[in-house]
Amino acid sequence: MKTKVMIRCLFFLLCVALAVTFGCGRGGSTITVAGSTAFQPFAEKLADLYMAANPGSTITIQGGGSAVGIQSALSGAANIGMADLVILPKDAQSLKTVIVARDGIVMIVNPKNPVKNLTLDQIRNIYNGKIKNWKEVGGSDQAVTVVSREEGSGTRSSFEAIIKNITLTKEAIIQDSNGTVRETVANDHNSIGYISHGLVNNKISALMLNGIACTNDDINKGLYPLVRPVYFLTREEPQGLSKSFIDFILSEQGQKTILTNGLIPVK
Amino acid sequence: MKLHPRYTQIGAISLLVIATLITLAILVFIIAFVLGRGLLYVNADFLFSNPEDMGRAGGIFPTLIGTIILPLLALLIATPLGVGTSIYLTEYTRESRVTRIIRFGADCLAGIPSIIFGLFGYIFFVTTLKMGWSIISGGLTLAFMILPTLIRTSEEAIKAVPNSYREVSFSLGATRWQTVRKVVLPNALPGIVTGIMLSVGRSIGETAAVIFTAGSSLKLPGSIFDSVRTMSVHFYVLAREGISNENAYATAAVLVISILSINLVSYWIMNRFIASKLK
Amino acid sequence: MKIFSEMAIRRVLTGIAFSAIAMLILIILFILKEGLPFIFQIGPGNFLLSSDWSPLNGKFGIFAMIVGSLWVTAGALFIGLPLGLAGAIFLAEFLPRWAMRIIKPTIELLAGIPSVVYGFIGVMVLAPIIRDSLGGPGLSIMAASIILGVMILPTILSISIDSIKAVPNSYREGSFALGATHWQTIHMAVLPAAKSGIIAGIILGLGRAIGETMAVIMVVGNAAKIPASVLDSARPLTANIALEMGYATGMHRQALFATGVVLLIIIMMLNFAANTAIKNMVKK
Repeated sequence: MKTKVMIRCLFFLLCVALAVTFGCGRGGSTITVAGSTAFQPFAEKLADLYMAANPGSTITIQGGGSAVGIQSALSGAANIGMADLVILPKDAQSLKTVIVARDGIVMIVNPKNPVKNLTLDQIRNIYNGKIKNWKEVGGSDQAVTVVSREEGSGTRSSFEAIIKNITLTKEAIIQDSNGTVRETVANDHNSIGYISHGLVNNKISALMLNGIACTNDDINKGLYPLVRPVYFLTREEPQGLSKSFIDFILSEQGQKTILTNGLIPVK
Repeated sequence: MKLHPRYTQIGAISLLVIATLITLAILVFIIAFVLGRGLLYVNADFLFSNPEDMGRAGGIFPTLIGTIILPLLALLIATPLGVGTSIYLTEYTRESRVTRIIRFGADCLAGIPSIIFGLFGYIFFVTTLKMGWSIISGGLTLAFMILPTLIRTSEEAIKAVPNSYREVSFSLGATRWQTVRKVVLPNALPGIVTGIMLSVGRSIGETAAVIFTAGSSLKLPGSIFDSVRTMSVHFYVLAREGISNENAYATAAVLVISILSINLVSYWIMNRFIASKLK
Repeated sequence: MKIFSEMAIRRVLTGIAFSAIAMLILIILFILKEGLPFIFQIGPGNFLLSSDWSPLNGKFGIFAMIVGSLWVTAGALFIGLPLGLAGAIFLAEFLPRWAMRIIKPTIELLAGIPSVVYGFIGVMVLAPIIRDSLGGPGLSIMAASIILGVMILPTILSISIDSIKAVPNSYREGSFALGATHWQTIHMAVLPAAKSGIIAGIILGLGRAIGETMAVIMVVGNAAKIPASVLDSARPLTANIALEMGYATGMHRQALFATGVVLLIIIMMLNFAANTAIKNMVKK
C-alpha cells in the first residue's frame, strides 16, 4: 500500500516537474509581432533571418489583420503591431509608428482574361457594380465576378481610400486574405480582385492602372497610385529586442530582403 | 391506377440501391481523392522537418506536434470530468430531474457549433483570462468541445457492465467507490477508451475553434503558453491561401490516415471488448 | 474513515457531474454578454431584419446572413436527406451483419474527416464544374449545399441505421405474415416505428449544417446579399463570424458576437426539437 502511494507521489512530482520545465523552457528574450496578414509572410521571413543571426531571441509572428495589429499594440498583447493602412484610425494616434516598407496593391485578373489595363474610373465602376460585363471595358462578353476583401481588412480600406467613392456591390464575392483572393481569381476566368504586390504569381495576371504597371520604379516616382505604407506600431518608443528587430528591418540587409520578396523598401 | 406490390417493391428497392451506391461512391471518392493526391508527397522527411517559407517547402513537424499536444491536453482536462460525470449519472444517483438536467446540458453542449466554441474560447481564455493564443487556450476550448462525447460514451460503457458484477462486489462488503474502482471501471475501460479515441478524432479535425484560440504560429512551441498550429489549421491555411497545393494535399493525407488509424484502433478495442463479453 | 472518504468521493463526483452544465452556462453567458448589449443598442429589428451589412459605416443588418444560412441548410438537407435515408434503409434492412461491421466504421470515419478537407474538395472540384456547366461564380449556395449535404450524410446515416435496427423484429414478422412484400413492410411497419429516431438524426444533421464554418467559408463565396438563386453566392451566419473576426474591433466585433447569439438561439431550438423527438422514441 505504501509503495503505491509513493509511486503516485513520484508520478505527480514528475508531472509537476515536466510542466515546470515545459513552462519556462527557453531563456532569452521573446517578442510577439501581430497584425497585417499582407505583411505577415515578410515579417516571418525577416524574423527567421534575425533569429538565425541572433540565437537566443525569439520573435513570434501572428496574423490577425491590421485592426488586430493596432489593438494588440494598444493593449500590449503584442510588442509590435503591424498595420498597412493608408489612413491610420483614431485609436492608433497614441502609438509610436515606423514605416518599415511600402506595398503596392495590384489589380489582378485570370490569365485567360484579355483585359490588360483599367483606369481608376473603370475600377471604381466595377466595384460599385455599375460595370457588370467585361465587354464594357474591352474584354469578352462575360459577367464580371467582383472579388473583394472583408470589412476591416487593411488592404480593402486602403484600396477604397485610394480609388475613392466606392460602395461595394453586394454581388461581390468576399474572401478573407490576399492568398484566397488570388486563388479565387486564379480559379475563375471572369473574376477581378486586388492583392498585395508581393504576392503576385503566375496563376494570375496583374493589370496596369492608367497604363502604368506596378513596378518599384514607378512606385518610387509616385506614378503608380495604389500604394500603401506598412506601419510597425509600438506603445512606447521601441526598446530591446523590439528596437533591434525594427532596426534590422530598416537596415540595408532587411530592406534588401523586403525588396527581393516583392515589397517596396522605404529607403 | 395502383401498381402491383411486386413492382413497387422492385422499383423502390432499385432506387434504394442506386442511392446507396451514390452515397458510397461519394464517400470512397473523397478518401481516394485526398490519398491519391497527397500520399505521393508524404515521407519521413515531410513529417519530421520544419516548414520553410510559410509551408511552401519543407515539412510539417511543428504542426504534427501541435496536433498531438492539443488533443492530449484537452483529454487530460476532459477525461476526468467526462468519466466522473458518467460515474455519477450511472452509479451514484437514480434517474431524476437532476440527471435529466445534466444530460440535457451535455446534449446542448454537443450541439453547439465549433465557431461558437471558438468565439467563447477567444473571449474567455485568450482575452479575459489573458492566456493569449496558446496551447493552453486551445486545449481548454477543445476540452469543452469533447466533454459531451466523453460523457455519452463512458455512460454507455458503464451501463453495459452487468449488474451482477456490482452485486457480487457489494455482497463482499465493498463500498460503492471500491466497487466502481475495482469492478465497474476496469470492465468499462474499453468502452471509455473508444470514447476517448472518438474525441481525439474530433479534436484533430477541428479548425474553427482552434484557429481562434491556439493561433496559427508555425514555430515549434516552447511552452504551453505558446501559440501552435495543428495539421487541420495548417491544411486550411495552405489550401486556402494557395501557398502550396502539394503540401496541402500531403497534409490532408496525413490527417486522413491519422483519423483512419484512430478509428481502426478504437474499433479493434471495441470488438475485443464485445468478444470478451460474449465469452 | 472509509465512510468519510466515500462521502468525499460522492461530493467530488456530484461536483464534476455539473461540469457540462457549468460549461454550457459559461459559454452562453459570455456570448450573450458580448452580443446582447449590442443587439439592444441598435435594436433587434434593425439587426435581424435589415440586410445592409457594412459595419465600418455603422450598418449592421444580418437578415441576408440568416437567409443565407437557411438556403444553405435547406440545400444540404435536399442533398443529404434522400441519399442518407435511402442508404440507411438499404444498409439496415438488406445487408448481412458482417457487411454492416465494415460499412458502419467507414461511415463513422467519414464523420471524422476534417471539414476543411471537404471544403477544399468543394473549391477544387465542385465549384469549377458548377461555374462551367451552370454559370455564376461557382462559389455558390449550390456548391455549399452539396458539400454540406455530403458532410451530414454520416450523421443521418448512422443515426437512422441505429433507429431502424432498433425496430423489433416482431414488427417485420407480423407484416410478412400478413403477406406484405419487403418494401411494404419497410414503409408501413418499420419506418413509422423508426420515425422519431430518424427525425432526431435529421435534426442533428441540420445542426451540423447550420453550424459548419470552415468548409462553408471556402465554397460559398461570402457575398453579403440576399441570394436570388442557388447559383448565387451567399454568406451564412457562421461565415460572417469567421470571415471578419480576425479584423473586427469595437462595435464591429460586438456585431459578430451578436451574430453568434442568433446562431446559438437557432441551434438551441434545433437541439430542443431533437431532444423531444428522441424522448418520443424512448416512450414508444
